Amino acid sequence: MFNALKISQIFVLDQDEALDFYVGKLGLEVNTDADLGFMRWLTINVPGEPDREILLERPGAPRMDEATAAQVRELLTKGAMAGTLFFTTDDCQKTYETLLAKGVEFTDQPTKRDYGIDCGLRDPFGNAIRFSQPLS
Amino acid sequence: MSSAAEDTNRRMLRARDAMDRHYAEPLDVPALARIAHVSQAHFIRTFRATFGETPHRYLQRRRVERAMFLLRSCDRNVTEICLEVGFTSLGTFSRTFRDIVGESPSAYRARGPLAAVPTCFAMSWMRPSSFG
Repeated sequence: MFNALKISQIFVLDQDEALDFYVGKLGLEVNTDADLGFMRWLTINVPGEPDREILLERPGAPRMDEATAAQVRELLTKGAMAGTLFFTTDDCQKTYETLLAKGVEFTDQPTKRDYGIDCGLRDPFGNAIRFSQPLS
Repeated sequence: MSSAAEDTNRRMLRARDAMDRHYAEPLDVPALARIAHVSQAHFIRTFRATFGETPHRYLQRRRVERAMFLLRSCDRNVTEICLEVGFTSLGTFSRTFRDIVGESPSAYRARGPLAAVPTCFAMSWMRPSSFG
């Protein structure tokens, strides 16, 4: 049966802008950036975790017709079909301040919960991201 | 769907995120309209067209969702929770809570502790529906 989760996917409106955000601001690494001809296969990972990739996919043809892609983009930008990514960090408050200084939009400030300290942010397209500092 | 409409959606989401972030503060339509880069009247109309409810109603549900969480996860009394989530009068809180949830805050609390799930899902899925 299964032994790992290797790749998961979120939609982005623009892959270059996605790189600026996920790599330039959030500090993730490019895993693979390949022009396959029919699509740009673009994945990223947390530094040191190359076996767990996130595919940044642009909705559009030929995977879906333009009208369908427009519906996907409409839902993505209003946060309704946006993906969700959960990260962990050693220091939630420090990471929050670092990202806030870079202009990242937060939905939720660091808050202490039963399971640790966590907070939430929004990517430029509408996807939701959370990161938490688990209870040690 | 044009990219202009996507841009509008994203700006409305930015304003809604600001409401989520500062849910306990008074509803500040001028500030939200500035975040969304639209006039105040246009903001309320466009927000409703985008999310299916007014900003006021969204904020009420956000606060009630937080109150629902607190009622079943801590021991503070109903008045303290009412103030903490942004209501200024217990009467308005109780009426709004009952209107949205269908029972009083104390009856809801009597259901017992909640199962632990990540906060953002609790926030989205416990937010009581106004969509039927």
